[in-house]
Amino acid sequence: MKVLVPVKRVVDYNVKVRVKSDQTGVDLANVKMSMNPFCEIAVEEAVRLKEKGVATEVVAVSIGPVQAQETIRTALAMGADRGILIQTDEDLEPLAVAKLLAAVIGEEAPGIVVMGKQAIDGDNNAVGQMLAALLDWPQATFASKIEITGDKAEVTREVDGGLQTLSVDLPAVVTADLRLNEPRYASLPNIMKAKKKPIDVKAPGDYGVDTAPRLKVLKVVEPPKRQGGAKVESAAELVSKLKNEAGVL
Amino acid sequence: MAVLVIADHDNVSLKDNTHKTVTAALAISGDVDVLVAGQGVAAVAAEAAKIAGVRKVLVAESADLGKQVAEAVTDTVVALSGGYDAVLIPATSAGKNYAPRIAAKLDVAPISEIIEVVDASTFVRPIYAGNALETVQSSDAKKIITVRATAFKAAAEGGSAAVETVSAAGAMAHTRFVSDEIVKSDRPELSAAKIVVSGGRALGSAEEFQRVIEPLADKLGAAVGASRAAVDAGYAPNDYQVGQTGKVVAPQLYVAIGISGAIQHLAGMKDSKVIVAINKDADAPIFQVADFGLVADYKVAVPELMDELAKAGF
Repeated sequence: MKVLVPVKRVVDYNVKVRVKSDQTGVDLANVKMSMNPFCEIAVEEAVRLKEKGVATEVVAVSIGPVQAQETIRTALAMGADRGILIQTDEDLEPLAVAKLLAAVIGEEAPGIVVMGKQAIDGDNNAVGQMLAALLDWPQATFASKIEITGDKAEVTREVDGGLQTLSVDLPAVVTADLRLNEPRYASLPNIMKAKKKPIDVKAPGDYGVDTAPRLKVLKVVEPPKRQGGAKVESAAELVSKLKNEAGVL
Repeated sequence: MAVLVIADHDNVSLKDNTHKTVTAALAISGDVDVLVAGQGVAAVAAEAAKIAGVRKVLVAESADLGKQVAEAVTDTVVALSGGYDAVLIPATSAGKNYAPRIAAKLDVAPISEIIEVVDASTFVRPIYAGNALETVQSSDAKKIITVRATAFKAAAEGGSAAVETVSAAGAMAHTRFVSDEIVKSDRPELSAAKIVVSGGRALGSAEEFQRVIEPLADKLGAAVGASRAAVDAGYAPNDYQVGQTGKVVAPQLYVAIGISGAIQHLAGMKDSKVIVAINKDADAPIFQVADFGLVADYKVAVPELMDELAKAGF
């Protein structure tokens, strides 16, 4: 079975982003970029499926600028077999990304798509669900455990209040939550090996789908700053202030 | 222009997220209907009918809807969508699961976790873990939107909308519900609680988390939360996690104990009315957002706090 893993290049998890003064967006010049953390978890899961003998091939797909090749190389160094880059400098919306991925899946015919539940830049949490809808496949989002038996996947999902387990027929789209696994660090020999693995470079136009934006960003601003920083000396003072000053007790 | 709100419920009772989402819907249009999709939800529908400003309540019932299976909710909503210009869905784990599926079926760009309605096609939503707010204008004829309920006031009760049955989607062919492990608790629900007491990595163990955090929460009638570090370390269950990738809370009072205040955690609680931080590290970033910071070891401070609360009548 082939596993397809979409991966996204985003601002690094540890970077504190700054809003541009002209309110057109977030300043990404000279900022460290990395693979989206949820995508890393998805790659790890796909590679584990291959190591367990459930999967035969892991294909990493990224849609983004030429530098997204580095993101694909990271996936290859973790153990993915080959990559596809749909190269574009446009910041595509989730619907367009889902349509492009659906077209790739039409060509690749994977048995399962494992992908991150959300990218930490746009925080949309949408592409996996939309991809499943476009393909008319079942979806199992926010996965904390995936077990594949035959042509079914049993997926434990993190939901409000606890866990839910679903059984979905394959092919299906599964999106990874934080606790699905702990991604490995790529070893130096594997990083070297990854340089020789193939990456196929495509353009959005190759797939003949409508990627026109539906949303217009009117402005991007910083959230209002919270006035904090006041200290109290004791638990007694704390209770008194909560009661008398803040009125929340 | 009419708006459909999808109710948040557990088949037994209606959740406050629904009232808050109705408030967001009423900012778009005066014609707001509520869909209660579930199983055995007559009582939930009756509660929804009491929300002021609701035109009518639609009820769709099936076993798959009772488990909020995404395909079932999607097919049911898509069948109803012709009569609506916007569908507003509380951004719960269930809502976030099916909203984009509905959007893709309708060839619409979903708009995730709005915190403000500017006008009928313009909305504000947080990006980059809440470190930036973007205002987006949709050119889609139909809007599929999830609503961060903590950003809206709950609509009042006092309405008396008509309740109507609508057809549910057929049984799902490719997805089967296996089991639920929902933690039963007498404490208020984390995302709706007026007071939240959260513990962090400083607690050091699951036993210590239970010994320190839970009695304080119970004294205050509070929900229990945790930082991602505490959840990852196994001190607290997954669904306690407050933060960018966990729950977003905005209670009247948020008490952070032994939490350093990583930006991902702050993203989940910085809209709380009053924030209290107890941490022995005076330089912990949590103090920058705290209204009342107490630099102290929780081992000393929490027992003292329990005593003071007892004196104050708790």
